[in-house]
Amino acid sequence: MKIGILYSRIRKDEKLLLSELRERGHDVTKIDVRKHQFGLHDTTAPVDDLDIVVDRCLATSRSLYATRFIESYGVPVVNSPETAEICADKAKNSLALAEAGVPTPETKVAFTKESAMDAIESFGYPCVLKPVVGSWGRLMAKIDSRSAAEAILEHKATLGHYEHKVFYVQEFVEKPGRDIRVVATDGEPVAAMTRSSEHWLTNAAKGGETEEFELDDEALELVEKASDAVGGGLLGVDLMETGDSYTVHEVNHTVEFKALNGTTDVDVPAAVVDWLESKAAEKTAAEALA
Amino acid sequence: MTEAECAECGATLDLADDLETGEIIDCGTCGAELEVIDVNPPVLDRAPELEEDWGE
Ligand SMILES: [Zn+2]
Repeated sequence: MKIGILYSRIRKDEKLLLSELRERGHDVTKIDVRKHQFGLHDTTAPVDDLDIVVDRCLATSRSLYATRFIESYGVPVVNSPETAEICADKAKNSLALAEAGVPTPETKVAFTKESAMDAIESFGYPCVLKPVVGSWGRLMAKIDSRSAAEAILEHKATLGHYEHKVFYVQEFVEKPGRDIRVVATDGEPVAAMTRSSEHWLTNAAKGGETEEFELDDEALELVEKASDAVGGGLLGVDLMETGDSYTVHEVNHTVEFKALNGTTDVDVPAAVVDWLESKAAEKTAAEALA
Repeated sequence: MTEAECAECGATLDLADDLETGEIIDCGTCGAELEVIDVNPPVLDRAPELEEDWGE
């Protein structure tokens, strides 16, 4: 297939993907989004005869706009701009999960310090305050007391970008020191791992220990529902164990898989490329019918 | 193995053969984040700052 990769940084994840694609003899076009313009009818990016484009832009704004434009030129893009839009925003993400009946932590959004404080007090302590946009657990706060809440809200109101003036307040989920990360393609899990840490944030990016995890039927069903809720694609679904069940915290659309690949026997890039091949074949089949 | 010079401190870096344009490399000497601008021959420049929230 002819495949385009949108990027502005090549990390280990992108290298794994590129080498798997090249090993299989696919025709890979790397597209550095910093170097191109995206017009209403065409673009300087060489996308015309591509079968599929994979968005690996790390910056949310680039991801949202570039995928929207590429799709408008009639080139299939994964993940879709619709999925990116939901996943890039924690509030939209939570709402999509709740609407789909996926268990997710109780969440409130408020727009002023005063109203955010009321939300925090309604959850009690500890609770969690997050930016609606953001990554790798940055700027997330576990709030243990009213005085901490006052200080953080004051800081955000004074220093924050406007997006940090949307206060996203969430119940604190007591978990067994670990959470579960599942990489899935259209709801089908590729592999899963747990990330453990003494710290309440267990992101692999924050140095948590990782271990392979076997999903039970309930988790499998939740991954599928969570993926559907955001429109499908190549996704990272974050679950936490809540005693006898699970809660889904969020679904990530620019999923990192290098940590997972090093944790499981599953060849994650190979599974991702299998899926990309099937997506490109769907497009070819649709064209043959048209 | 191929070599290139750090754009920040001038140290010589040993680079892997499967270098990719756009790849980010840390200089072992000064710790600078470097971006691979060209692969043949390898050219490194200071990587751009992360200007917004990136990734997951
Ligand atoms: Zn250096």
